[in-house]
Amino acid sequence: MLFFSRWKVAAILLTAAIVCLFAVPNFFSENTLRNWPSWAQRHIVLGLDLQGGSSLLLEVDVNAVRKDKLQAISDDVLRILRQNRIQFTGRAIKGNSVEVRITRDGDVENAVGKLRELSQPVASVMGSTGQRSVDISESGGLITLTPTEPALVERIRQTVDQSIQIIERRVNELGLVEPIIQRQGASRILVQVPGLQDPSRLKEIIGKTAKLDFRMVDLSMTPEQALASHPPADSEILDGEGGSKYLIDKRVLVSGGDLVDAQPGFDQRNGQPIVNFRFNSSGARKFAEVTKANVGKPFAIVLDNKVISAPVINEPIPGGAGQISGNFTVQSANDLAILLRAGALPAPLTVVEERTVGPGLGQDSINAGEHAAYAGAALVVIFMLVTYGLFGLFANVAVAVNVAMIFGLLSLLGATLTLPGIAGIVLTVGIAVDSNVLIYERIREEVRAGRTAISAIDAGFTRALATILDSNITTFIAAAVLFYIGTGPVRGFAVTLGIGILTSLFTAFTLTRLIVAYWVRLWRPRTVPI
Amino acid sequence: MRLLRIVPDDTKFDFMRFRRISFPVSALLSIAAILLYFFHGLNFGIDFVGGTLMEVQTKAGPADLAKMRSTIGGLHLGDFQLQQFGAPNDVLIRISQQPGGDAAQQEAVQKVRNALGDAVEYRRVEVVGPSVSTELLSYGTIGLVLAIGAILIYLWFRFEWQFALGAMIANVHDLVLTVGFMSLTGIDFDLTSIAALLTILGYSLNDTVVIYDRIRELLRRYKRMPMPDLLNASINATLSRSIVTHLTVSLSLLALLLFGGQAIRSFTATMMFGVVLVGTYTSVFIASPILIYLGVGRARQGGPEDTEAEAPPTAPAAPVAPPTPSKPSPPRQRARSRR
Repeated sequence: MLFFSRWKVAAILLTAAIVCLFAVPNFFSENTLRNWPSWAQRHIVLGLDLQGGSSLLLEVDVNAVRKDKLQAISDDVLRILRQNRIQFTGRAIKGNSVEVRITRDGDVENAVGKLRELSQPVASVMGSTGQRSVDISESGGLITLTPTEPALVERIRQTVDQSIQIIERRVNELGLVEPIIQRQGASRILVQVPGLQDPSRLKEIIGKTAKLDFRMVDLSMTPEQALASHPPADSEILDGEGGSKYLIDKRVLVSGGDLVDAQPGFDQRNGQPIVNFRFNSSGARKFAEVTKANVGKPFAIVLDNKVISAPVINEPIPGGAGQISGNFTVQSANDLAILLRAGALPAPLTVVEERTVGPGLGQDSINAGEHAAYAGAALVVIFMLVTYGLFGLFANVAVAVNVAMIFGLLSLLGATLTLPGIAGIVLTVGIAVDSNVLIYERIREEVRAGRTAISAIDAGFTRALATILDSNITTFIAAAVLFYIGTGPVRGFAVTLGIGILTSLFTAFTLTRLIVAYWVRLWRPRTVPI
Repeated sequence: MRLLRIVPDDTKFDFMRFRRISFPVSALLSIAAILLYFFHGLNFGIDFVGGTLMEVQTKAGPADLAKMRSTIGGLHLGDFQLQQFGAPNDVLIRISQQPGGDAAQQEAVQKVRNALGDAVEYRRVEVVGPSVSTELLSYGTIGLVLAIGAILIYLWFRFEWQFALGAMIANVHDLVLTVGFMSLTGIDFDLTSIAALLTILGYSLNDTVVIYDRIRELLRRYKRMPMPDLLNASINATLSRSIVTHLTVSLSLLALLLFGGQAIRSFTATMMFGVVLVGTYTSVFIASPILIYLGVGRARQGGPEDTEAEAPPTAPAAPVAPPTPSKPSPPRQRARSRR
């Protein structure tokens, strides 16, 4: 156990040195690092609990996605049946299906065949799943179309992807520094913004679907009449500013998707904040047609099913540019412009978890972590020296290398260091010496059993290492499980604990042995000083 | 240089005799802990029950808790607690989960922010909605069960099944006592607590495995030594290591407890209890003696004598090394035929 070939010594020292070197970038500022080659820039990222910042977990409204999908199928059914001149009654969404009754028995077979084109193979990230997007069944002239589960899952995945892109655009527009936006699980999105103290505005910006439509106001009856009886089939009652109600045609004339630009501005007549917008060419053409056909009538600008304003069309607007005036402040006009530029979210998002840490607490936590680390290290180092003397010194060298290697590996992985993570490192210091304690105690035993110094050291290492492996693997399993189930700070703890176990195994099996081997070769001891 | 010897060489404590005390005591304590859990309950943090936690620091002078209480009380947000947290101007505000789903929690935070205004610095705001909290609780529970299962399987491969079972009984006992401790002290039970429990599990097992390793080694070497003597010898041989290691871990934890700040105090306190107090006791007084009841080595007494085995010593003592040091003990356990 005490013999090392030359190349083995070189390999051990080289590994330790290289891993330690990876920790070096952490001592330099971000600006200095920028000039370094990219492989040398990797460094430890401080978690939000240490640097301060805000973390939001958003959830896509899965029910809304499901409803949208059903509505889309229902619209397609209408289109296909009309195109093929098939008469039907009772098209409706019932639960998780769309139902339609074909009037003439002779048409049923034809209708089912035509509707089958709605059912496409479901493609997913893994390639084709072999499943189709809609189940179609028929009994007694009643056709039922049900979107399949894989199709819905795929739709939710796409919704999350689109939402991430739109959130990225919105967050970037707010000018926040280094936001992290990533998918979490099937229907969630994690948004982390370092340094953000009050996420209220961020939540407002993210929380809006920002679905903008231009629709006509239905003048066939007043909103009050519609409320009292039934609104016409193609119209609905929407809220406006300050509790007012509008009766609005359901048909969308031009949608926010046709916008190419939106900027905050001021109304030249009264100095009120407004939002100027511009359509793309198809939007501009549609807008021109609509305004030309409806001069003198009011149309409504509807944002997230709320009427912002309902101006009367004074003249045709051919240029594809216009302005939205409402009860805006400078900030809300600015926010609306951001939302319109970034585009609408495909489904509403809800904030399901928020964790914000102010910069004061973050700095306090860093200080506390540092103090605890120094104090813990000092206590353990002194204790080892008092208990094992020279061998205690060897152990301390090994532990120092150990900690440097932990930082090296954390940097290499670009891992996030959290306060529990620091606790993990401090604990690792206590644990790393355990390997040495196991070895030294075993050597003491072998000496008592009557072995010579060298033979006792040799046997001590051989026997202790098997134990060290067994005992560390159990702890490693716990750390791995913790990593798997944990989020945020807890995961940070699992990472440092797990890495700490790996590095302490490495030092116990190589470095400590190497140091002792050199000492034995140089001093040729008769007795073991432990 | 004279070095510190915390445990004298060649201790010969008769640990096995204590099993008649330690088993009933542990059983009683475990029952007490379980009763505490069911009747006193755990102080579940917002991670698991949802709700809002805010840590605020008043900018001018110490916090006026009574005034803050009436301010927040005026918002009608249901149950809430105010608590001094470390410094006199540091206040922890807990607001119970609001009815009305995830969005309602957000509104509550906004109300409190508006009510307290700029007079305070918001050091920490955590809001966990109902959908996440249910998930976190089930993840935490699944995690614990998964970890126990994985470790059980590992030990089963490395040792005999009795060892795996013994270790698991002992360490579930650790977890039960720790949960009892958390119930008694009212420490917040949140995700960090799950981390603490898993770490306690890992370290207690670490300790148990070290002793088991020695038991296995002695089982191979002394084929006819009575089990209680053999267990005593194993514990005594590893006693010095157990105590030194627990001292170093305690020193690390002590540093964290004293300097690590309020944020991880409950975490370190739990670890201190679980690893240092319970874990050590369990390895020596529960995990090892239980092997007798689980039937480890029961077949040995009547088994065929191994000619290579040395004569069993009459009293438990430190093992005598085999004559050839170059012959290492086999690193892997061969399947022991016990019949």
